[in-house]
Amino acid sequence: MPKRRVIPGFGLSLGFTLIYLSLLILIPLAALFLKAAGLGWHEWWSLLGSERVLAAAKLTFGASACAAALSSVLGVIVTWVLVRYRFPGRRLMDAMIDLPFALPTAVAGITLTTLYAPNGWVGAYLAQFGIKGAYSPFGVFIALNFVGFPFVVRTLQPVLEDFTKETEEAAATLGAGRWVTVWRVVFPMMVPALITGFTLAFARALGEYGSVIFISGNLPMKTEILPLLIVAQLEQFNVPAAAVIASGMLIVSFMLLLSINLLQRWLDWHKR
Amino acid sequence: MSISIQSIHKTFGSYKALDDVSLEVPDGSLTALLGPSGSGKTTLLRIVAGLEFADPGSGKILFHGENVVNVPAGRRQVGFVFQNYALFRHMTVAQNIAFGLTVLPCKLKPPARTIRERVQELLHLVRLDGLDQRRPDELSGGQRQRVALARALAIRPKVLLLDEPFGALDAQVRKDLRRWLRVFHDEIGLTTLFVTHDQEEALELADQVVVMRNARIEQVGPPQQIYDKPRTPFVYEFLGNVNKLATPNGSHQYIRPHEIEVKFAAEYDPSQDRLAVVQHLFSAGPVAAMSVRLDDGQFLEVEITRKQLDELALSEGDTVALGLPQEPND
Amino acid sequence: MSHLDVTTESKPVRVLLIATAGLIVAMLLLLPLLAVFIEALRKGWEVFFAALRDEAALSAVTLTLTAAAISVPLNTLFGVAAAWSVTKYRFKGRALLISLIDLPFAVSPVIAGLVWVLLFSSHGWFGKWLEEYDIKIIFALPGIIIATMFVTFPFVARELIPLMESQGSDQEEAAVTLGAGGWQIFHRVTLPNIKWGLLYGVLLCNARAMGEFGAVSVVSGHIRGQTNTLPLHVEVLYNEYQFSAAFACATLLALLALVTLGVKSAIEHFTDHSRSVL
Repeated sequence: MPKRRVIPGFGLSLGFTLIYLSLLILIPLAALFLKAAGLGWHEWWSLLGSERVLAAAKLTFGASACAAALSSVLGVIVTWVLVRYRFPGRRLMDAMIDLPFALPTAVAGITLTTLYAPNGWVGAYLAQFGIKGAYSPFGVFIALNFVGFPFVVRTLQPVLEDFTKETEEAAATLGAGRWVTVWRVVFPMMVPALITGFTLAFARALGEYGSVIFISGNLPMKTEILPLLIVAQLEQFNVPAAAVIASGMLIVSFMLLLSINLLQRWLDWHKR
Repeated sequence: MSISIQSIHKTFGSYKALDDVSLEVPDGSLTALLGPSGSGKTTLLRIVAGLEFADPGSGKILFHGENVVNVPAGRRQVGFVFQNYALFRHMTVAQNIAFGLTVLPCKLKPPARTIRERVQELLHLVRLDGLDQRRPDELSGGQRQRVALARALAIRPKVLLLDEPFGALDAQVRKDLRRWLRVFHDEIGLTTLFVTHDQEEALELADQVVVMRNARIEQVGPPQQIYDKPRTPFVYEFLGNVNKLATPNGSHQYIRPHEIEVKFAAEYDPSQDRLAVVQHLFSAGPVAAMSVRLDDGQFLEVEITRKQLDELALSEGDTVALGLPQEPND
Repeated sequence: MSHLDVTTESKPVRVLLIATAGLIVAMLLLLPLLAVFIEALRKGWEVFFAALRDEAALSAVTLTLTAAAISVPLNTLFGVAAAWSVTKYRFKGRALLISLIDLPFAVSPVIAGLVWVLLFSSHGWFGKWLEEYDIKIIFALPGIIIATMFVTFPFVARELIPLMESQGSDQEEAAVTLGAGGWQIFHRVTLPNIKWGLLYGVLLCNARAMGEFGAVSVVSGHIRGQTNTLPLHVEVLYNEYQFSAAFACATLLALLALVTLGVKSAIEHFTDHSRSVL
């Protein structure tokens, strides 16, 4: 006999949810994997191992990891300042953090390109030091920072906010100096959230398209990113190839998502 | 309306919350379900309310003879007061109380004026006149509790169920509301079942106390009977302070602190008394409580009246003779 | 804050950190935002307005609004249903369902578009069937809407689930004992409690729907005047070196972002709503 529910609406809400989820998300994604699988293992590997794909993969993963790393460092500073200090403009700064979330990626893309192009405000300045802004891997790196930065801040903020001052006061009464206290008491508490933030920024950066394709220049083998390759294959009507690259990317993304979930679970368990 | 609970089982996954529980609740009585956390008392209350369902095929719940074990909560006509009141935060007090009346189907729904009058009537009943336009977050804990009560009563329930009604309140408020609830119950005469882990509360308020432990009922009866004639060591220990004295023959004797007679050391009678040294004396209250240490190293808690304390002129460190009750209890 | 406060850094350190943070935010976030407006007005107000009045731009705006007007309400409906089913009940697979709702976040926008091409293009699974009935999904409005729905799918649900989880089911159970039916409970008890979270989620969903680029780019076919949403139109203009016009259209989207941020801030201010990751 099925379980009786006290609050009405179980069947309706769950049914609708599952149907909607399947139709919109699960079935299409399944179609993707089927299409990619239809190509056969050999083709799959040779495609993913081709020079162009590998070059794009190196750039995509490399730039994403570096950007997530830099975002993490910058994010720690900004989060600390936002949570711990009071100063004029704090609320404004806090609200601005979400800008990359709210601003369409294409707008970010063209703007960053214009800023970092050789004749742009920042690009011209960088050119003095011989650093290429736009149309280089560095340009991709910059754009991915813009995209990933808020993830770090918004993941760290609640953790830092929850952190009671009492632990630091205890350390102080035990004779620890300020820097030691921060380094050995506060930072370790932030590390799990920092890892989560890094991973979220990394995952987002991997799939990023609109912010990057303008500033990268899209030079084959040099500044192409994986999502662009997918589009390129599609434009040549090579749908199966596109599906293969996409499925490869998805597998990595899902594994990242899974590890984030497991990390969260591990953290919650440890909090007890 | 009387309630008859017959052979109810409830399992959550692999955890047995209620194991073959049966209980009679007489019409118009005030019954307490008393027990520690995990004893199953809240689960039983929620099953009576229809907020949980007993394991299929496991038993019956009769409201005045009618089996409601599979009837949804909305149709059982029970008034339920939650531990944290579950007031509708965004509605006023008046809207909260009127809620049960406003969700009635068109045919049965009373006109707006009748609803308003009923709300006023109930506010007066729970002594919250004038607070009808307040929101729950503007009220104190005790006031919220009474709103929850009024809301439950608005639908003219046949049974009133209260889940730890005083749990979230300050000690003094708790005492006041306890007294108030007893008077209130006598006024309206509605069959009431409430859950508590506070034995003092259960003994003070209820006509019938049901002591529960580990998914079972240990004992049922009027407070006096449960206190004076506990059927199991658990009931004995749960209902008030108790000393557990190891006897020479290897078993234990249960003695209440006030059952011990305290005499001058000079009156010591070796055949039936024990000698003890006063370790700690607490006399800032209606009774004097002390812990004493026996010759064999055991500690006892003893209670005597302030008058007796003055007569004995005791202080910490003194030696006294204790007259213990002779009949061993379990 | 006296200098004797043991739980905070000394003044010079604080000032340095605040300045550094300010510099980071300014360089990383503020600068691009300002650049949008400055570039848009570089050739003056006339060019600015001409770009916005352009036919192709107007139809792009219309398309963007249409896509949002359809996908946001549908995803809101889903979000509410999903949050209700997941927070008011316990059932096997509940945790899995919650994780599945997050899936679109792990999917690159380009892939989000690709899946629909796989299904509905002329070589796709349903390709032949669609051709038979002369239904166009890819390179037409329906495809854009579906791609947008995919990408904005989780927003409302993710906002509501923690909110409703923390609110618990007590009030709903109370309503059950008082005789209320399913819709009554949702409408009179739950909805008022979640209204700010719901608004918040709808806002984020909308911002993303209007700004989506990658997914829509793949399914739209870039047919000027017909299947270009505003972000795509910006791309087209930029690629044609019509920079000022591109930025002019971009300002509309930037303003949308600012409004979204503003309302989000206002809601947080009034409700002490905790921050969530978008």
